[in-house]
Amino acid sequence: MTRYIGQRFLAAIPVLLGILFVTFAMARLLPGDPCKAALGEKANPQTCDAFKARYGLNKSIPVQFGIYIRDVMKGDLGTSFRYGRPVTAIMAERLPVTVELSICALLFAMVVGVLLGVISAIRRNSMVDVGTMLIANVGISMPVFWLGLMLAYFFALVLKGTPFWLPPSSRNTAGIVLTPLTQVWNIPSSDGILYGVVSFLSNLNIFNSLVTGNFPVLWDTIKHLILPSAALGTIPMALIARMTRSSLLDVLGLDYIRTARAKGLRERVVVSRHAFRNAMIPVVTIVGLSLGSLLSGAVLTETIFNFAGVGRIMFDAIQARDYAVVQGFTLVIAVIYVVLNLAVDVLYGFLDPRIRYS
Amino acid sequence: MTATPAVNPLEAQILSRPPRTPARDALRALSHTRSAIIGATILLILVFMAVFAPKIAPYPPNEPLIGIEPVRSREAPCIHLLGCPADRPQHILGLDGNVRDFFSRVVYGSRVSLVIGFTTVGFAIIIGILLGAVAGFTGGWADNAIMRLMDVLLAFPALLLAIAIVTVLGPGLTNALLAIGIVAIPAYARVARASVLGIKEQEFVTASRMIGARSTRILFRSILPHTLTPLIVQGTLGIATAILDAAALSFLGLGSQPPMAEWGSMLGAERNQVFTAPHLVFFPGLMIMVTVLAFNLLGDGLRDALDPRLRK
Repeated sequence: MTRYIGQRFLAAIPVLLGILFVTFAMARLLPGDPCKAALGEKANPQTCDAFKARYGLNKSIPVQFGIYIRDVMKGDLGTSFRYGRPVTAIMAERLPVTVELSICALLFAMVVGVLLGVISAIRRNSMVDVGTMLIANVGISMPVFWLGLMLAYFFALVLKGTPFWLPPSSRNTAGIVLTPLTQVWNIPSSDGILYGVVSFLSNLNIFNSLVTGNFPVLWDTIKHLILPSAALGTIPMALIARMTRSSLLDVLGLDYIRTARAKGLRERVVVSRHAFRNAMIPVVTIVGLSLGSLLSGAVLTETIFNFAGVGRIMFDAIQARDYAVVQGFTLVIAVIYVVLNLAVDVLYGFLDPRIRYS
Repeated sequence: MTATPAVNPLEAQILSRPPRTPARDALRALSHTRSAIIGATILLILVFMAVFAPKIAPYPPNEPLIGIEPVRSREAPCIHLLGCPADRPQHILGLDGNVRDFFSRVVYGSRVSLVIGFTTVGFAIIIGILLGAVAGFTGGWADNAIMRLMDVLLAFPALLLAIAIVTVLGPGLTNALLAIGIVAIPAYARVARASVLGIKEQEFVTASRMIGARSTRILFRSILPHTLTPLIVQGTLGIATAILDAAALSFLGLGSQPPMAEWGSMLGAERNQVFTAPHLVFFPGLMIMVTVLAFNLLGDGLRDALDPRLRK
């Protein structure tokens, strides 16, 4: 197993180097002058020269790339032209928003998707099956942004005044402020990495309100997360439901299941104990493949529900040619994506020993 | 050579049948797949709508009706059959923010979406086949270099990469199409490479090498035709994704630009009106969904029909 994991890690290294190169090249290729974008169209040449010297933009491209790699290795993703703050600090604020949203969406997708898939497989060719697969096919075809808007319309406007009303935008009701955990635990900002990690955790609103025992805020956060998670999670949910169904049906047709049934086991035990685990192997792959669409979809969902997450800041940074932010966030997203896929690969080898040894 | 005269009616019937070919077999299997039939039917309706848009649409798609009719901006749908007063002009999907007939715009939108789907996937398949085939056929460093590049492209979430590429190239429909095409290449390159690897060791390839065929001839005449089946399936499903991504880019303002009637940008332009004029958000999204659904159903059906392992 260790060898298998090691091999997977080694295979990821060239990809990570490629990502570094692509993010660097992409930021350099953005049209327009970063100096003018940051300081305004009327910035004079002297100011621009000083600006370029300050951010190392006057050096040759290979030198800039070398500096970039060295800095990334040190955990320094540069400073945003626009905010005048380190990109890592901005990331500690924005990334948790997207992470929280994606996790909730994935949870929704897995729970509902597996449930629908299992029901569909057990009641094969019944009306329930046909209905579920219709939902799944329609779900896969739905534009995230449209579904988000329609959910907002239905739950925030049509159901206004009923107990099912849900808020259509932002992470929390206006006026709600969470106490930063760095303050709760007295961590000074000079404490580099620890401070960053704690600020990151602190901005996961669910985590923060759970730790501080602030249940009204917890409830408020969850209420604000339901619609975006449902919108973002629908496509993966539909994919998971379809995959669970077909995979469970395949497994239920195998000989060892016939043996289990012949032993006189109840159908529930056959499905839940014998078939389920093997049927989940392809589902894990689908979950892994959905992660990319989750991160992409997050950009759209954040735009619709007014979440100040990664998607929003990337979009703003691209418009403003904020090199360091574009570079830093693209890099981190790609790395997260590679690492998650690696985790899925490892999990896959864990679930199915045949893969490990081949 | 003249046909053998038929001895009995049964033989005559058999002889008059067209000969069996893989394509005919697939078509027959396809006609028995329910999802493929539904998908193909929806698609035909959409193609009909796109081709005859000028005949179907009651108004020009980009013409504001201010001063032409007594109508207001973002007016709700008015259908005479459903009780809308006969003295009011009929607009079955209402009017948009610029006082244009929304139904006409939705109809014209089918043209853009279908073109987007076919061109991006066409582009991605051609480049993907070339890269994948070269990688699989030559092997060695070329294979390594090409496939690592594909891995790097795959390491970015597709839509984010497309957004980044459009930002570099500048917003606009053509650039959005190019971006979505580029992002889709790795999928086809992988499929093409896998098929080529599977086929190049087979005996008929060795045979054509023996009779002295050049590598390019072997690749294009002997190997590539056999890789088409998985690519057709992948491509049909890919069109669905391409249409969704293009709509998303246009929704964000990076794809098609006003006044072009494109469903994603129509939705994006009116998204803040979802609470006051929901029809302007509902219908373009519904059309995107139906189109994508059609390609998904057709793709699933094609896979069932063309994959011998799945054929019952």
